[in-house]
Amino acid sequence: MSNRLLTGLLMASSILGSAGIALAQDKTLTIESWRNDDLAIWQEKLIPAFEKANPGIKVTFSPSAPTEYNAALNAKLDAGSAGDLITCRPFDASLELFKKGHLADLTSLKGMENFSDVAKSAWQTDDGKASFCVPMASVIHGFIYNKDAFEKLGIAVPATEDEFFAALDKIKADGTYIPMAMGTKDLWEAATMGYQNIGPNYWKGEEGRLALIKGDQKLTDADWVAPYATLAKWKPYLGDGFEAQTYPDSQNLFTLGRAAIYPAGSWEIATFNTQAQFKMGAFPPPVRKAGDTCYISDHNDIGIGLNPKSANAEAAKTFLTWVASPEFASIYANALPGFFSLNSAAVKMEDPLAQEFVSWREKCKPTIRSTYQVLSRGTPNLENETWVKSANVINGTETPEAASAELQKGLDSWYKPAK
Amino acid sequence: MSQQSLEHSQDRRPTRWHIAVFLAPALLVYTAVMILPLFGTLQLSLFRNVDNAQVFAGFDNFRTLFGDPRWSASFWNALGNNTWFFIIHMLVQNPIGVVLAALLSSPKLRFSAFYRTAIFIPTLLSFVIVGFAWKLILSPLWGVAPNLLDLVGLKSLFVPWLGKEEYALTALSLISVWQFVGIPMMLIYAAMLSIPDEVIEAAECDGVTGFSQFWKIQLPLILPSIGIISILTFVGNFNAFDLIYSAQGALAGPNYATDILGTFLYRTFFGFQLQIGDKNMGATIASMMFFIILAGVCLYLFLIQTRLRRYQF
Repeated sequence: MSNRLLTGLLMASSILGSAGIALAQDKTLTIESWRNDDLAIWQEKLIPAFEKANPGIKVTFSPSAPTEYNAALNAKLDAGSAGDLITCRPFDASLELFKKGHLADLTSLKGMENFSDVAKSAWQTDDGKASFCVPMASVIHGFIYNKDAFEKLGIAVPATEDEFFAALDKIKADGTYIPMAMGTKDLWEAATMGYQNIGPNYWKGEEGRLALIKGDQKLTDADWVAPYATLAKWKPYLGDGFEAQTYPDSQNLFTLGRAAIYPAGSWEIATFNTQAQFKMGAFPPPVRKAGDTCYISDHNDIGIGLNPKSANAEAAKTFLTWVASPEFASIYANALPGFFSLNSAAVKMEDPLAQEFVSWREKCKPTIRSTYQVLSRGTPNLENETWVKSANVINGTETPEAASAELQKGLDSWYKPAK
Repeated sequence: MSQQSLEHSQDRRPTRWHIAVFLAPALLVYTAVMILPLFGTLQLSLFRNVDNAQVFAGFDNFRTLFGDPRWSASFWNALGNNTWFFIIHMLVQNPIGVVLAALLSSPKLRFSAFYRTAIFIPTLLSFVIVGFAWKLILSPLWGVAPNLLDLVGLKSLFVPWLGKEEYALTALSLISVWQFVGIPMMLIYAAMLSIPDEVIEAAECDGVTGFSQFWKIQLPLILPSIGIISILTFVGNFNAFDLIYSAQGALAGPNYATDILGTFLYRTFFGFQLQIGDKNMGATIASMMFFIILAGVCLYLFLIQTRLRRYQF
């Protein structure tokens, strides 16, 4: 009797057990990303919103460190262990993945019509025929400043370069604040927050960038050397020992209120809002002479694509279509002020600092970083060399002319512009 | 007749299978995790990626590495830096290791177990911790180094060492020395303990004491250990990567001043930021590292080790 009961129980448990498995067969999507800062936002806001609208699909956000992302992702893709959804770096890194068959063609994905051609340009083949990532966000460069410090010292927001350096002189003479928080230890700060930040005003944004790709302009032309000359003038305004100052050091210097101006990318807004105890403002890179057209770097930064080896391709496409929707754009742009939506639908943002940044889109001409499209395809890699040279120029170990000449020589060694 | 039976019995000796059976696991594991990857790397360096297909290229990759002005400049820069890294270890780490071992083995020293442990502990720390801790110590903003120098009135001597081309590599070498000085110390300490007391006593009877005892008796006896340490240092330094990567990043700044073969290999093989990894050139650099280490080890084994005099007690 008890034996039969036991058998019955065992039978029942095995059936129930398998029923449990059937219930648990939600599709799980894994997102590969370098944005480990955004983990909380994905887990608390974006993923719940998606899972609520699409029951049966679970999403895991699995980020790695920014500097290791590309290498780690490539290794995972080659080994076939990468996630279903892949966060796309702009331009060549992703194009290469697409050519190798690691990213699926999304040209006909529902929702792609919500993006302009410029927005999609960072994740298209050179002829623009195939798109392989859904554009998520762009970042804008400029300068964030400590409003309290500016008020205390009676400095007006600088609009021209002369005013900018006059302001720096005044802060330095006062001595309370370090005029500008930037270091050259991590190299990329010098290039991304320095050269690519102020540069577009010199090379006239898209005009210069495209001419460089066509071969009509050279890095040794005055418009490309002059930003280095300006960068070299920044040296006396940086903190003591800036040569060994890392990127987190610079962020902390500014948010602790010890520095007055921070050459920034808009991605800093979210972290700065939570850390800084003072009022912050922002201004676009100062123009050279009053009345000049201003140019800003509005750089397509993040897209998201589909791993063609994904076992849940349909679920992943549902997710991508959701990413392309205005709903995602609105949650994302507000959860991450500073990452501006590329969606054609206008997104209302709450954050004043983010509003300030995005308002420059109205009055200034946007461009993307000069080294990203086409020009960083070969070895030596122009972007990486620009990091090294920008740091050298600010450190004063190389003249602007010598740095530009080296860069152009490196570019010439592999890049032949189509004539 | 007896001779014949002896030969007969030799013939019938069973094949000694157990030798092969006992060797097999280690041999298989070693082949799978060491020999195959090594040959895989060498093979990869002879191929090239053309239109997403691997094409045999002979020694073209090596020709690029040494012939192309940029590749060769990077390579020689990395090799030069690596050599300097090694020289600092040989000149600083190993002599300090020997001196520490000599002090520790002195019978009059109290708390020697404590010192031994304290000096050895950094060796057990992860590179990431060491790199991060020293970056903080030397930080011009929050570090203790500027404050400590200020306390003794030498603030003017402080330089942001890790950010200056002329100091960064030496500073990193010294950090690495700090981390690994425990290893030569331990090995030499063990060698010194194995010197029989009779030898020391005989020396004392002959009036050889103190410093000259170390110089004339102990040092010659531990020379083989010093040789082994040198070769371990050589292999370790030319394979180094972790500390530079964790302290200076993959671009080994400033201006590639701290780029050693390991970081150069990493950047090339896996790519960095917008630079896409090139497995074949990476394997070429890895092969060169292998050849350099092989040459160094052979030089030591055939030229130096055979000439070292050994003493039997």
